[in-house]
Amino acid sequence: MKTELQYKRYSEKSILIEWPPKIDENSLRKILLVKKSVEKFYGKLIVEVVSTYNSLLIYYVSTIEDFYSEVLNLKSLCNAKFGDVLVKNKLWKIPVCYASSLAMDLDVFVRDKNLSIDEVIALHTSSIYTIYFMGFLPGFLYLGGLHEKLFCDRKITPSPKIEKGAVAIGGNQTGIYPVESPGGWHVIGRCPVDFFDPNKEDCCFVNPGDRIQFISISEKKYNEISSLFFHGLYTPEFVFE
Amino acid sequence: MMGKMKLLETGFLTSVQDKGRYGYAKYGVPKSGAMDQRSFQLANLLLGNGENDACLEWIFKGPTLQFDTETVVVLTGAEVDAFLNGVVVKMFTPLLLAKGDVLEINSCKKNVCGYVGIENGFSTKVIMNSRSFFKPITGSSSLQVGDEIEYKKGVNFKSKYASISMPLDKKNIVELDVYKGVEFDQLSKENQLNIFSSSFTISNRMNRMAIQLEEKVFNDASSILSAPVLPGTVQLTPAGDLIVLMRDCQTTGGYPRVLQLAESAINKIAQIRRGGKCRFRLIEW
Repeated sequence: MKTELQYKRYSEKSILIEWPPKIDENSLRKILLVKKSVEKFYGKLIVEVVSTYNSLLIYYVSTIEDFYSEVLNLKSLCNAKFGDVLVKNKLWKIPVCYASSLAMDLDVFVRDKNLSIDEVIALHTSSIYTIYFMGFLPGFLYLGGLHEKLFCDRKITPSPKIEKGAVAIGGNQTGIYPVESPGGWHVIGRCPVDFFDPNKEDCCFVNPGDRIQFISISEKKYNEISSLFFHGLYTPEFVFE
Repeated sequence: MMGKMKLLETGFLTSVQDKGRYGYAKYGVPKSGAMDQRSFQLANLLLGNGENDACLEWIFKGPTLQFDTETVVVLTGAEVDAFLNGVVVKMFTPLLLAKGDVLEINSCKKNVCGYVGIENGFSTKVIMNSRSFFKPITGSSSLQVGDEIEYKKGVNFKSKYASISMPLDKKNIVELDVYKGVEFDQLSKENQLNIFSSSFTISNRMNRMAIQLEEKVFNDASSILSAPVLPGTVQLTPAGDLIVLMRDCQTTGGYPRVLQLAESAINKIAQIRRGGKCRFRLIEW
């Protein structure tokens, strides 16, 4: 069955394509394929294409003069048969230390959920999370796949300061704070690896479509990896799927 | 040859800004850039600069600056009194400075955002294609007393510069051109009409990320899956607040996007003070 897509003018220089509003991996694959072909087709005529769960925002270099002819172009790109395009996505192993000394909300979270720390670790590390897109903060990953036993409403009053590397849960989502920021999520662990470095050519080592799995590490190991990472001697492991 | 400009006094939220950081939204990096792009462009035009040469931006209160070489600067944006070595100078008029000159900029009398353009632009580090300050990218969001910024010393002094005078905007209510936002059609007809027949007040909840309006609106649109947003996007929160996203806004958001400000309207609203009024005027594509 063909999916009905919506093409909407967003601003003077941008057009939004919308898929039906749902979070699923098939839409994600499709959206990422369209994103690639839009980037290839337009090249230097566009500034960027931003993808989210069910949208693509195409931002042009100049004001769009003829919206309808652009939509025709975009339609043909969206309707193209991609066949069995082989997309190589990575599965990353991301170390996380789940210790109260490094995670300010862990004790309260465990108590509120009526779980042991080991149970929280087991649930959080057993899922494989899919990276849908980045937003909110530079390098912040929108991940799908949190176990429903860990769902937890956001704090009523956000914490004024959540440390870089904090692994947290908010609602039905989990994520890693890539930079220090205020935030309303519950911090349950700490990751020694930076997800965003504006001074690197490749500022973020993961991409939408990749997956990640958290690996529980001790505080000693956390300190070790932090120091190695700081000196550029540690890269998270990955396998091609 | 590089010259250096030193901040003797910081003013308020004084930062280096250019057109912004384009091409990195997919990593969640905001566009940033001068809040009032029109005044920023004007500074570069008056100096014969490149269109993306970096300027200083200040909010409400300007900085006091000392230059260690001769150069040319210009003041644009918010209406303000400024003094070169204690003598009043004009805005929108390139000023020839000598080595050691001190430029003092007061608190502005009208508007919000002021700009100091310099010949060839300021040469702070370019990170991700832009010099615009944004803390997670450039390490700080504003300049401090004693900070020194380099600029390429004027190598092409022109014998003549254009200067302009800006007619004062006497309107009490600023008209903002807007397009329908992606979720506009989810609002009831009555609510839609209400948005265009009301005037709105700028609240004190305003910064480089967003400006919240004082008056509440009935919200009959539901939240959406996190989706792309841009500077100029007007979000409607469940509590009925209208939030106008500005240059440092996040790249995605989950509130319904009810309006999109035209680029010209983003520049206009950036210059309205707390308590100032605005009205939305719908324009069709």
